[in-house]
Amino acid sequence: MVCAISVILVVDVFLPPSRRRATFYLTMLALLGTALCSLYYGAGERTTLLYGSFVSDPAGNALKLFAYAIVALVFLYSRDYLEREGLYKGEYFILGLFALLGIMVMISANSLLILYLGLELLSLALYALVAFDRESSIAAESAMKYFVLGAIASGTLLYGISVLYGITGTVDIGELGAYFSAGEGPQVAALLGLAFVIVGVAFKFGAVPFHMWLPDVYQGARTPVTLFISTAPKLASFALAWRVMVEGLGGLHGSWQDMVIVLSVLSLAVGNVAAIAQTNLKRMLAYSTISHVGFILMGFIAGTPQGLSAAMFYTIAYAFMAAAAFGMIILLSREGFEAENIADFKGLNARDPWFALMMLMIMFSMAGIPLFVGFYAKLVVLESVLDAGLVWLAVLGVFFAVIGAFYYLRVIWFMYFAEGSGIESGGADDSLVAEAPASLRIVVSANSLLLLALGLFPGQLLELCGRVLG
Amino acid sequence: MSGFPILSALVWLPILAGIAVLALGSGEAGARRGKLVSLVASTVVFILSLPLYFGFDVTTAEMQFVERVSWIERFNVYYHLGLDGISLPLVLLTTLLTPLVVLAGWRVIQLRPAQYFAAFLFMEGLMIGVFAALDGLLFYVFWEAMLVPMFIIIGVWGGERRIYATVKFFLFTFLGSVFMLVALIYLYLQAGSYAILAFHDLPLTMREQQWIFVAFLLAFAVKVPMWPVHTWLPDAHVEAPTGGSVILAAVLLKMGGYGFVRFSLPITPDASAALAGVIIVLSLIAIIYIAFVALAQEDMKKLIAYSSIAHMGFVTLGFFVIFQIALGGAGGAGIFGGDGAMLALQGGMVQMISHGLISGALFLCVGVMYDRLHSRQIADYGGVVNTMPRFAALMVFFALANAGLPGTSGFVGEFLVILGSFQASFWLAFLAATTLVFGAAYTLWLVKRVVFGDVANEGVASLKDVDSREFFYLAVLAAGVLLLGVWPAPLLEVMEVTLASLLEHVQQTKL
Repeated sequence: MVCAISVILVVDVFLPPSRRRATFYLTMLALLGTALCSLYYGAGERTTLLYGSFVSDPAGNALKLFAYAIVALVFLYSRDYLEREGLYKGEYFILGLFALLGIMVMISANSLLILYLGLELLSLALYALVAFDRESSIAAESAMKYFVLGAIASGTLLYGISVLYGITGTVDIGELGAYFSAGEGPQVAALLGLAFVIVGVAFKFGAVPFHMWLPDVYQGARTPVTLFISTAPKLASFALAWRVMVEGLGGLHGSWQDMVIVLSVLSLAVGNVAAIAQTNLKRMLAYSTISHVGFILMGFIAGTPQGLSAAMFYTIAYAFMAAAAFGMIILLSREGFEAENIADFKGLNARDPWFALMMLMIMFSMAGIPLFVGFYAKLVVLESVLDAGLVWLAVLGVFFAVIGAFYYLRVIWFMYFAEGSGIESGGADDSLVAEAPASLRIVVSANSLLLLALGLFPGQLLELCGRVLG
Repeated sequence: MSGFPILSALVWLPILAGIAVLALGSGEAGARRGKLVSLVASTVVFILSLPLYFGFDVTTAEMQFVERVSWIERFNVYYHLGLDGISLPLVLLTTLLTPLVVLAGWRVIQLRPAQYFAAFLFMEGLMIGVFAALDGLLFYVFWEAMLVPMFIIIGVWGGERRIYATVKFFLFTFLGSVFMLVALIYLYLQAGSYAILAFHDLPLTMREQQWIFVAFLLAFAVKVPMWPVHTWLPDAHVEAPTGGSVILAAVLLKMGGYGFVRFSLPITPDASAALAGVIIVLSLIAIIYIAFVALAQEDMKKLIAYSSIAHMGFVTLGFFVIFQIALGGAGGAGIFGGDGAMLALQGGMVQMISHGLISGALFLCVGVMYDRLHSRQIADYGGVVNTMPRFAALMVFFALANAGLPGTSGFVGEFLVILGSFQASFWLAFLAATTLVFGAAYTLWLVKRVVFGDVANEGVASLKDVDSREFFYLAVLAAGVLLLGVWPAPLLEVMEVTLASLLEHVQQTKL
């Protein structure tokens, strides 16, 4: 299956970028093809491939399908923006597909080394994407920052892996799991390896205190790239944490639980509080990502299948919410105007009630208000934490959710309560939304309505997450 | 009636109508059609809700008009609606007030009227959902989702400091209710489902009960609101548009009271008994101290807002004084044939309905004046009776009802609570009864300054009396207040069996 993807990718790479539209359609076709492959081959039981280094299991396949869907969504959003900004190059899609390949490798990895390989593939593609706009010095700076910090994190992860290998003599995740479940081996060394691995995972998630890269990268990268980074790779981070921490080191749950609690609480605190002070929407969303990561990590803390499926549900829900939010920024942007300041949304309701309503739904969903999917994401995570008997953590979580609600409300009050347009803040006027192509308008609307639909009927997705991980 | 999902219709019809109103567009013609659709929809909902009352079986405490469909299988969540004697009056209150509020905003709202009316329709559906939900999660969903339209209503159509007020409103209530969510999840983990009725029979240790009680208290106390978490209310009331204030005072506050009788009392009876003293003290502070605060207000809406807090203090007092009565063992036959605890509970419920009508009416009165002179300051008025005689008559009537004049519904509720409290302790009843003095003081003083006297300024001199639209909605409320005041039996009858079974349930320890 993975081979099939590679083949499609290689074909894609060699297609000349002269027919530019073709690249886009071919990319979409490739996504569709891989999705069908996954559906076709992935229906079965858990199997391993290539001497046990890859694994195909229901949860992995479900994650992959969501990854395809989200990447397709991202490409749909990005196309017009890139064309307008003169950045429309095949490389964006090809790098995106490489990143996706990395994500898929991570999702299916059954060996720490393969996992690492997938991670590097993903990261390298992302570094390049961030620096995609060659002219922009901010983008270059962000890419540099991302690269240096990312490399350190990768090194840390690799070091942790090597320590684990030193103890157990295997990099196979299944064997590792069996080894640690048996409770043998030198505990101190295992803890050392564990700590390094967790640092690596936390960095990829962007959990505090390993979050430094996130706001700068989100703000510095062009919006379609930020959109990409904030969505699909979160699924990869989830896969990384799941494969390593739960499947591989599940036996050490007692040891990493405390570490993850610290990460989670710090992420919630720093993410939510720092987001309040932001005036740049992309930066604000970056901090809000950090706080969402805090919630995702909460799902891991319980160490139960319910907790894990809660984290998976949260990750998927978050990816759709983030896609919608950045999609909205793309929708409102136009030549020479990025619509990335919160003030740019001023008076949107007067100019375009429909998209103000959509943005309202996105923001309330992120804040975790019912009727939207974000609420159920928080609900299932809290449920798993309470189930584990950590009442104080749940209380802390909801407390920070209230603080978090404030900055989402701020966006809404700019849209609804502030009169006048954003002209004074940088050139938005009444024709703002009307300029966006119809396809983009439809996709943003569909994405936002999806948040509502999943909020009204969350049963199916919850069921799915529970089943594949149960 | 059994086949027709009447409660679902009541919840979803307004919401669908709200969507339709939005879809009709924001243009001149669209707004006019939107208004019409809103009025028709809310009136239809009111008419639809009448069979609830007439079809209601008063001899049972069981849930009626029940609908139950599986909603989220994995968490055993049901779309479960039903009514009993506690929730039925509140649903009727909601369906009655929404068309009146739509009427009140008919001409006044110039800014994006379609959105305004749609927001109120959404509110109506969600509020009915809150009262009818029998599944904890469904309840929470309605409860929280309601914040969204209210946030918009205050923020868009409010006064000068509306953003401050609406954010404060949102964050206060959100902060309170998230802890309730934690409690609900905890109960779910114990009971295996979110069914509220299953929570009622769930055995819990004292420690668990106390924590759950506190979590619920945070949510409901903010909503009621009880001193000292009441500070959002004056701000929200003052800044909200008239319709928003009415819904806020008449229905939203009742959700706190409803929460106490639906959740706190039956789920955590022992903790409620143990902590009743605290609630009673807080209620008395609300009744007495807030009454003094109300005396000092310069702004009419603020004054009525503070008077709301004082009156809601009676509701919480009525609900929790029952434990003192049970402790004192001073049950037995009272004047109305029930024991003191029953009187207090009934009093609390009547007070909720009555306060819904009276405070709604008072806010509408202020709205009528505000629409004309664009001021809420008491000092800007005086001698209104000279230019608006019909209006003045109604306003004086509502003010007297607010002060608890016998013959109005305001009297019935307060009287029942005080009567019940006497069986707990004389001083308790005495302190509560001071409200009759203070309440009269601040309302009558308000009336004196605004309505009576000589015409104060040219603004007042140019006032036009209420037109038929305004007269209609005030008169409907006046009729309700009067009806409940002289003949409360229909209301008491509906609640009686349900409250009796609640009382019985509360007295059984869960330990």
